[in-house]
Amino acid sequence: MATETHTTDAAAEGSSLVFHPMDQFIVKPLFGDGPVGIFTITNVTLWMALTILGIFLLLVVGTSRRAVVPSRTQSIAELAYGFVYKMVEDVTGKDGLRYFPYIMTLFLFIVFANFLGLLPGAFTTTSHIAVTAVMAMAVFLSVTIIGFWKHGLGFLGVFWISSAPLVLRPILAIIEVISYFVRPVSHSIRLAGNMMAGHAVIKVFAAFAALLAISPFAIVAISAIYALEVLVAFIQAYVFAILTCVYLKDALHPHH
Amino acid sequence: MEGDIVQMGAYIGAGLACTGMGGAAVGVGHVVGNFLSGALRNPSAAGGQTATMFIGIAFSEALGIFSFLVALLLMFAV
Repeated sequence: MATETHTTDAAAEGSSLVFHPMDQFIVKPLFGDGPVGIFTITNVTLWMALTILGIFLLLVVGTSRRAVVPSRTQSIAELAYGFVYKMVEDVTGKDGLRYFPYIMTLFLFIVFANFLGLLPGAFTTTSHIAVTAVMAMAVFLSVTIIGFWKHGLGFLGVFWISSAPLVLRPILAIIEVISYFVRPVSHSIRLAGNMMAGHAVIKVFAAFAALLAISPFAIVAISAIYALEVLVAFIQAYVFAILTCVYLKDALHPHH
Repeated sequence: MEGDIVQMGAYIGAGLACTGMGGAAVGVGHVVGNFLSGALRNPSAAGGQTATMFIGIAFSEALGIFSFLVALLLMFAV
């Protein structure tokens, strides 16, 4: 028993990874080493502020000249606007366009946070469930409130699938209720989990690059996974926004 | 190692929970594969259905993410 104890400890200490792959997600105070309170300025605060700054530069400064022939920045801003506008219109219909600014805000925030998090040494704010859960809960609550506000108790028709056979409807109603309340969980964990897993994989391969035997393979793998992560960063923001649209559509048109 | 059988069980359970991700992989591959085979038959209708494909991917991926969540809970919360 004693020898076993010794070997497991040695294996844990002599682990071949140079650093722990989850170290990048530690929330640290930006100045000093004090404890992290509610109003402490941390690296999360810094990178969220940079996210907002990036959106401000793109949408306000980039389009300030309002040229008829757009500059590069202005055309990127116009592309982003048109992309989200079309998405909201396609999924929720004309009456969902009232809520377009909210979805545009969510989409741009997540896209910028994901892309800024991909910079080497950066902190990915969206990899924390605390951040994504706030956004998902806000979506969940606002969609529920919009549903009850527009339709009153008729909103409960979203759980009553009238196209199904009558015998199945109570069972389906239970399943629908469960899936309705799981929405904020899956909505937030999808984004945070994807970001966290992707960045942890990059860090694992970065630690492998320190081992001479497999370093060429590891460096190629980092480049490949990084390219994949650029794609994932965009797709996850898109998925978050489009699921918000789907939930909003359910609230605006609850009858299947 | 002062770790006991509970910790061992938590680690084994976390590893087992990760097999659920394989199911999500099969599901996502199924969605995209069927989308692609449909899109190749009728390319003109494919563009309008890309959003639907992503919604399907997201829903099927959510269940894989739940297994990831279970693994995380076992590793850090139990």
